[in-house]
This record gives sequence, C-alpha cells and structure tokens, in this order.
Amino acid sequence: MAEADQKEKEEEKEKTTVTVTLDGQDIEAEPGELVIAAAERHGTYIPRFCYHPRMREVGMCRMCIVEIDSGRGPALQPACMAPVADGMKVDTESARTKKAQDGVLEFLLINHPLDCPVCDKGGECPLQDQTLAFGPGESRFVEEKRHFEKPIPISDLVYLDRERCVLCDRCTRFADEVAGDPLISFIDRGNHTQVNTFPDDPFASYFSGNTVQICPVGALLARPYRFRARPWDLDQVESTCTACSVGCRIAVQSSSNRLVRKLGVDVDPVNWGWLCDKGRFDFEAVGSDDRLGAPLVRAPGAEDLAEASWSQALAAAAEGITRARIRRGPESIAVLGGARGTNEDAYAWSKLARTLLGTDSVDAQMGDGLPAEAVVGLPRATIDAACAADTILLLGPDVKEELPVLYLRLREAVVERGATLVELSPVETGMTRYAEASLRYRPGEVTELVRALVDESAAVGDSERPGGLAPASAVREAAALLRRGSLVCLLGRPSLAEPAQPVVDAAGVLLDALPETTFLPVLRRGNVAGALDMGLAPGLLPGRIGLDQGRPWLAREWEALPGGRGLDAQGIITAAAEGRVGCLVLVGADPLADFPDRELARRALAGAGFVLAVDCFLTDSSRRADVVLPAAAFGEKSGTTTNIEGRVSRLHQKVTAPGTARADWMIAAELAFHLGGDLGFDSVDTIWDEIERLAPSHQGLTRARLASPEGFDGIVAGTVHDAETHGGPPSMAQTDSPGIQGALAHTKVDTLASSAMGTADKPDPSSGLAMQPPDPSGGGGGGTGTVAGRPAVLRWTPGPSAGGPPPLDRYSLRLVTSRRLYDDGTFVHHSPSLAPLAPGARLGVNPADLAPLGVGTGARVQVTSGRGRVVLEAVADPGVPQGSVALAWNQPGPGAADLIDVTLAVTEVRLETLSVPAPTSGRGSDA
Amino acid sequence: MGRLTSENVELAREIIDRYPRSRSALIPLLHVAQEQDGWVSTEAMSHIAELLGLTPVEVLGTASFYGMFKREPVGRYVVSVCTNISCLLLGGEELLEHCEARLGVKAGATTPDGVFTLEDVECIAACTDAPCLQVNYRFFLNITHDEVDRLLDDLRAGRRDEEVPPHGTLTRVRPRVPAERWSGHGAEGLPVLPGQSR
Repeated sequence: MAEADQKEKEEEKEKTTVTVTLDGQDIEAEPGELVIAAAERHGTYIPRFCYHPRMREVGMCRMCIVEIDSGRGPALQPACMAPVADGMKVDTESARTKKAQDGVLEFLLINHPLDCPVCDKGGECPLQDQTLAFGPGESRFVEEKRHFEKPIPISDLVYLDRERCVLCDRCTRFADEVAGDPLISFIDRGNHTQVNTFPDDPFASYFSGNTVQICPVGALLARPYRFRARPWDLDQVESTCTACSVGCRIAVQSSSNRLVRKLGVDVDPVNWGWLCDKGRFDFEAVGSDDRLGAPLVRAPGAEDLAEASWSQALAAAAEGITRARIRRGPESIAVLGGARGTNEDAYAWSKLARTLLGTDSVDAQMGDGLPAEAVVGLPRATIDAACAADTILLLGPDVKEELPVLYLRLREAVVERGATLVELSPVETGMTRYAEASLRYRPGEVTELVRALVDESAAVGDSERPGGLAPASAVREAAALLRRGSLVCLLGRPSLAEPAQPVVDAAGVLLDALPETTFLPVLRRGNVAGALDMGLAPGLLPGRIGLDQGRPWLAREWEALPGGRGLDAQGIITAAAEGRVGCLVLVGADPLADFPDRELARRALAGAGFVLAVDCFLTDSSRRADVVLPAAAFGEKSGTTTNIEGRVSRLHQKVTAPGTARADWMIAAELAFHLGGDLGFDSVDTIWDEIERLAPSHQGLTRARLASPEGFDGIVAGTVHDAETHGGPPSMAQTDSPGIQGALAHTKVDTLASSAMGTADKPDPSSGLAMQPPDPSGGGGGGTGTVAGRPAVLRWTPGPSAGGPPPLDRYSLRLVTSRRLYDDGTFVHHSPSLAPLAPGARLGVNPADLAPLGVGTGARVQVTSGRGRVVLEAVADPGVPQGSVALAWNQPGPGAADLIDVTLAVTEVRLETLSVPAPTSGRGSDA
Repeated sequence: MGRLTSENVELAREIIDRYPRSRSALIPLLHVAQEQDGWVSTEAMSHIAELLGLTPVEVLGTASFYGMFKREPVGRYVVSVCTNISCLLLGGEELLEHCEARLGVKAGATTPDGVFTLEDVECIAACTDAPCLQVNYRFFLNITHDEVDRLLDDLRAGRRDEEVPPHGTLTRVRPRVPAERWSGHGAEGLPVLPGQSR
C-alpha cells in the first residue's frame, strides 16, 4: 500500500503537465498556470480587464468569469484566479458564462461615460471591444452616473479621467509591484472609489507612461499623445528603442508622417512590455521644428553657417578632410561619436575612418564610458543571466537613472525572486533600497574596496575602511555574499568626475579572484555596444577583434588599415586642444555637452583644423563646425541596434526624415565617393551582409535570422555559431502585447508583425541617393560563417593597475557626478514634454559637511575646483557620504563639466557660501 | 496642528514596535493623529507615511476608506444623527432638522465657533432605541428634542466633559502592551525581506 502511494507520488512528481478540458477539448497546461493563461495559449481568449500576465492577479474586474468544474460541479469562477488542475473542465461559452460576462459588463458600464467619440482610447479600447464581443446590447441603468472633474493631471506626463476608470487596479498594481513607486492608489474606497495621488504629490515615476499603455479604458492618457491621433489612423512598425542601451522592443506608431507614440512590446529577454518615460516620449524630438533638414557650410572667413546643397557640403567636407590628410597625415584625422545610430551606421563610419580617412582615432564613447576593450572583451552576461544570478554586484552608475528598464528587471529579481544585490557606489542610488549590502567608497578608491572584498587572505583590520568609507565588518559581510553562488557584475562608470581606470582595475581584481564572474556593461548611449562591436574605438575592428589581430582578415576586403592604434576620445580631444588634429569628425557627438571636461572640449573644438559634424540638431558643438550634415534620426531609418548584452535587434523606418537629412551610413558612403573611394554597399541590407561576413562576433547572425520569429526578441551576438539550430520561439502573434489588448488584439498584432517583416526586404525608401552597384566581392546574401581565417573574438585581460588611491586632501570634498534620466541631452532637450523634467544642477552635500558653512538646503554655494568655478544650489542629502558631494551630470546651465579636469584621478572641490545672492546662471569668475 | 508632536512620535514608535510589519500600525497611527488634532490632516498623513516607510497616498488610501477619519477640520463635538430606517420611522429626520435649527448649520457643516459638527449618518446599530444620535461616537438613545437641547447646552458649557471627550479621543485609558509581548522589530525582530517595507 505504502509502496503504491510512493509510486503514485513519484508519478505525480514526474508529471509536468496537467490536462484540462477547455470547451470540450483536452488541452495540456503547466501546473500552477492560470486558466486564463492556459486558455489563451490554446487560442481561447477569455475577456479580461484587470488580469495582466506581468503582474499579480487580483480578480478585481470579474470579467473573466467562466464556468469551471473541478469535480464538484460547474461553478462560475474568475479564470484569472483559478490555477489549472488535472481533470478540470472549463466552459467559456456556456449560457451561464455568457450571462455572467454580460452582467459584469453591464455593471462596468453603469458609471462609464461612453464618451468614446472624444476618447483617445476609442478604436483600441478593450472595454469597447469586449462590450461588442461579450456584452449587453443596452443598459438598464437610467440613473445619474458618477461625476468627477474631467481629466486631472496626476503627473507631468499623465492625465487621469476618473469617470472612465473601471477600477481594474492595473495602474496602481504596476506602480507598486513593478515600478516600486506606489504614488497612486485607490482612495475614497466605497461608492466613490477613485484612483488618485496624494494632494501635491504627483505620480512622478520614471515609468508612469506604462500605466497609460496598460489601462484597459481611456482613463489614463499620456500628454504627448492626447488628441493627437485616432487609432485607425495609426500606422506602426516593430522597432527597438534607442533612448538608452537596454534595447526595449517597441511598436513605433505614426500618423500623417509624424511619430505620435511608442508602445512597449513584451519580449521575455528584455523589457517585458515596459518602457521608461524617456524612451516612450522622446519621439517628440524627432518631429521637432529644430531638426536639421539641409546641410550647413561655413564659407571661408564667414561668421555663420549657411545652408548649402548636399553636393556643395560634401565637396567642402571632402576638401577639409583631404587637406588635413595631405598636410598633416591621416593620423591627424579623428572621428568622435557613432553610438547614437544603427549598427550599419557605425560600421559604415568605422570602415570609412579606417580605409579612406586612414585613421584609427575613432571613439563612439565620449570619455564617459568604459575602455572599449573591457566592454567587448569581458565575459558578457545577459540581462536574464544577471537577473537569475545568486548575487548581482552593482559597480556602476545609478541603474534607475541610466537604464530604467534594466532597473525594473533587477528590482523584480530582488523583490520577487530573492536575488541578492550588492552595491558598491560613491553615493546612494535608486538601487540602494533593494541592496542586501550597499557599500560606500570615496571617489577614486573603488579598487581598494573590491580588493578587500575578494581577497580572503588579506585580513582587513576592524579599524580599517577599505575604499575610505565602508567599515570592515560590512565589507566582510558583503564579501561572503559575493561567494554565495553565481555572480554577475554590472559594470559601468559610477562617476564621470574620475577616470574609468579604477573601475576597470576593480573588474580585473574581481575577475582574478572570481573567474566565473560575468559582466553586463552599464553604458547609456543608445547603440554604444553596437558601435564598439563595429569597431568605433581605437584598436578595435568590427566583430570584437583587435586591430593587429584582425588586420590580415579584414585586409582582404578593406583596402587599407591604419598602421597603429589611434587615440580614444580623451586623447582626441586633448590632441585637438593642442592643435594636433587636422580634421575632427563629430558623428552625432556633442563633446561640449558630453565630454567630462568642458574647458578641454571647448579648446579642442577651437583647436581642431577642420570640423565636420553629422547631427540631427545644431548642438553647442556642431554649431562650431565648418560643415554640418543633417542626419536622419530614430524612426527615420532602418537597420539594427545592439543592446548592452550584445543583443542585435531590428529598427524600422516609420517616417521620412526632414528635408534632405539622411542616415549616417549614407552620409559615410557619399563622403567616400567624394573622397574618391567606395565603401562597397548601397543599402542597410548589404551593410549587414558585410558585417555578418566579416565581423567574427556576428557570424551566423544573418538577416534572415534577424527577420525570423527568433529575431523578434533580438539575438545575442557572439554566442551564435550555427544558424540552423534555432527552434523558433513564439512569434509576436503569440506574445501578449499589453499595449494592444482586447478581442481584436490578434489581428492588430499580426498586422504589426507582418508590416515589420514586409519592410525588411524593401529597399530603404529614403535612399534617393545615386549609389554605385556594390563591390562585387562584397555582394551575396546571408553569410554562412564558414570563411576560414576568421580571427578569434577579443578576450580582455586586466592590465597593470593604476596604482594606489589618490592622496586625500582633508580640506576638499570629492565630486561625484552621474546622469539623471532627464538631462540636457539633445533628445530630451528637444522633447517639450520631457525637457522641463530635468531636475537641474543641484549640489548634494552631506548635512554634516553643509553645517560648518552655516547654510542648509536651498543656499547658493560657490563650488571651486582646479578647473573652474560654478554657483549652485546646495541640498542637504544624507545619501551623500561625508567628504563627497554629488552633482547630476549634464543638466541645463553650468555644472559638473565645468569642474572636471580629466587628467586628474579625482575632482576635488571646495565650497564657499555667497554673501550676496549670485546670478542664477552664467559661469563663474573664469567665464 | 499637522505633523505629530514629538510626544506622539514617541507613542507612534511604540505602537509600530508592537507589530511584525510596520504597515500594520497604520490605522492605530491615524487614530493618534486624529486624537491629536481632532481630524487627520494631509501633513499628519505624510508624517505617518514617513514613520511607516509608506508613500503618503498609501496612507490616504486607507484613511479615506473610513468615514470616521475626518480629513477636514471638525468641531470639538461631532453630532451624528441617524436617519436610517428605524430612526426615520421614529422621528430621526425631525431630530436632524431640530439639530440643524438649534445649531444654525446644515448637516455636514460646523458651527462658526468650531464647537459642533453636525452630520447625518446611516444606521448606528441602535435601532431598538430609535431615534438616536452619537456625539463623538458616544450613544444618546431614545432622545427627545428637549433632551437634545439640554445635551447641546451642556456640551457647549463643558458640563459633559467626563462623558464626552473631544473628537478623536478614543479612550481615557491608553492600552499599554508590555514590551515583551511586542512582536518587535528591534534587533531580534522578524526578518524583513528585501524590498519589503518594515
């Protein structure tokens, strides 16, 4: 008997699926799966409002009520609350089910205003769709509906119309469970339940736009989209967000050739359907009136830039480049930028620089990232791997500010899955509250802290504080956490006020001690990982190979390669400031805003012989160029992008670029013609084929695979070698797409998928350029990856450490500066909804450091470094340790860039109070 | 007025320590605030949120569910006249009208001197003794118009202070839970999961 029991138990254990009868048909479901999800997987859509696969089920709306028989006779139950059980019978079409759903809808409509003709949701509204499909023909309710003030702003970006709300709890659950910002809640519960914020405490979440996307009615409306379009006028393509380098998959929608909306698309490995507000709303900049639509040329001796034709501008650019090359040699030419475009753009510029310009001085980062060799050469983790790790080590900037959707994923890993987070940072960050251990270190001393963390033999004395701040006991506790199991390190630049070297040294120390560690780079700029993969860094060639190592391989197709390793961004800018750069090319780069040392950048732009800028806008830097070529922006070009994991996913063109603006790769190709050469490609497709053929890390990553259902999630480069083995994960039609819900969802999603597939094979419509046929050797379709002689992908090995920590000056404070989500970056600046959200440059000071000055929060203080002087508002911030001050990077007006000297190991500043109120803007004494 | 006094913060911390999760102390702390000011102000709710590690709107979400947490200033005495079925049949509406005439304010309003707030309420579970009313949630049963007049006069004159403390006062004797019975989240408290507020 006992044996039989045992056997039965074992059988039970082995059983990985349960059988449920759904509308008379047997279906297999996973144990624990909810009826609503299992039914949907098998093609039966049960109507719902509150249920969302990425959030906890609550059974609020009762719309998904179906008849379920678990052995005790059929009973009405909400399908979103009932897990499947073996032998369960579910009837979604019985008369009782129909009556129940009909009744629920009649109830939900009692207070719903039915103002569909003026509601933005009309046409894509789950309430509308499901009423049509499952609801009553008419209401029996004749009384007065409840009334609220029509839309009230609950944040700078979101309006709330409480009359339309059906109280599904999606937005409030999202705010609490997913975003961790429970700033909206049900209040006045009872007859007058409403969603609202606390008085004067707006829903200021970086993720507020997601509530608009998941709202099943028109209660939550995004300000940038409100009254801009009707859903049936919208046209959409599948794409990838490039506001940061997480690579969220999106649907880009336009109306009348203007981008009007971005919606998150649910893919498992990346964004789960979520977007940050910056990514969601920065499309406004694409349609900005300030966009450059024609080339600009500064005539010799002229003060101002004047519009010119493309042929004039390209001729002027070619002349400037040629003059520099002939007079001062190709190594006097430098290319900065390229991290904001597509992989194809980056490849084209990488090839142009290496072959026709003849320089290796190229850098996609602006001295604000990590050394390229470390990024491409460290063992790389995926986001999934990071979230699944036993311990996640944060050694970089504030993830919530820089890569918000990665923050959502990490937060979920900690809160829902119990992952252990260890944070090393100079100041408190948005991740600190989720960290099991959060150790502070003094700027410049992170290597010492990591050494103490991993070095078991070096006994840290109880009185010691490695890294200057964290007590030995805390370090020991954190050290134990690092050795608990698998470890993924998120590596980035915690502060731009100090060089990257200490962080890279720290990574080396970590890798030496714990060789199984994998790394996820935390770099912000949209396609920075792709640009580095395409070789936009000194000493790197496309496909993550070193210059010398890849020379024989690439020389077969690339005409000539520069002799030696060139300069990185800091080297280029220093050389330009010293008058050693004959021609500086800015490919979407704005060193005056992005390079940590503004004074040096200013001298560089003045000192460079000839400056060519390729940009979407006239920035501070491109304004000083001799020739400015207008570039197509996000949504205006197709191609691929690469996220921090190395995941390649596709971008599609949705609107036409203003005027005659062109994609960066086209500009590179045109410039090549004017320089008397030929890059050998005439479309993004031919470029991609060349990348696949030549870049070792991208071998096997064919266009066909990227366009397949597998490519929908994006494919991680450097891990794929066999194009034949992919099995085919769910296509988009099967993915739950929270933005596009309702009974009609499937048709819409299909349209999206097919339109996306359709554009892949069409030639780029904006390519009106007369291109020569591709180089015969460069032709051919998808590569096979079998070409012999492909060099191996670079492996990073730690170099010699930069030495000990910088000596401490007890009279100074050390500056920490890192990015905020909203800053004075070009796209935020030109997005009217986002620009006002930049918090401004305010100096966070520990209260104990502020007290001796005799002032508190709000006081204006003069901040002086060896480099410059700015006047800022001080804020008492206990999250900033004593001895450090924190300042947000790249905020409007003077700020951190005016204080930093990139040659120094740390930025030390002194504070003085001002006896007289200082002007609110303008530089200090050295202006 | 507004934020909790330092004495009440002390009390709040003691109350918080009685629970394994600080959030459980939310309603008791709302009572502390209402006892302090006679009503619960937004400043008080913000302060409670700070003490509990919640956002203010989470406090509001709970506070606004309970009609007896007043989120607008009320008089020293809140007079709640029942107009539900039993009282209605036995003169509840007339009783309310009488109170309105006597106090010179409509139901829902506060007298200009800030002594009385008059409100009509649904059943207060004293149907056997209808018509009835409450003053600061103390029952006055089977009450006649004359008795109401006397009651209001007595309250205004401070003659019923023993019986009817000011609005917000819960009990005269504060419950004291011995420290060893606190679930405690000092050093030996329950583990707090990451992401979970205390």
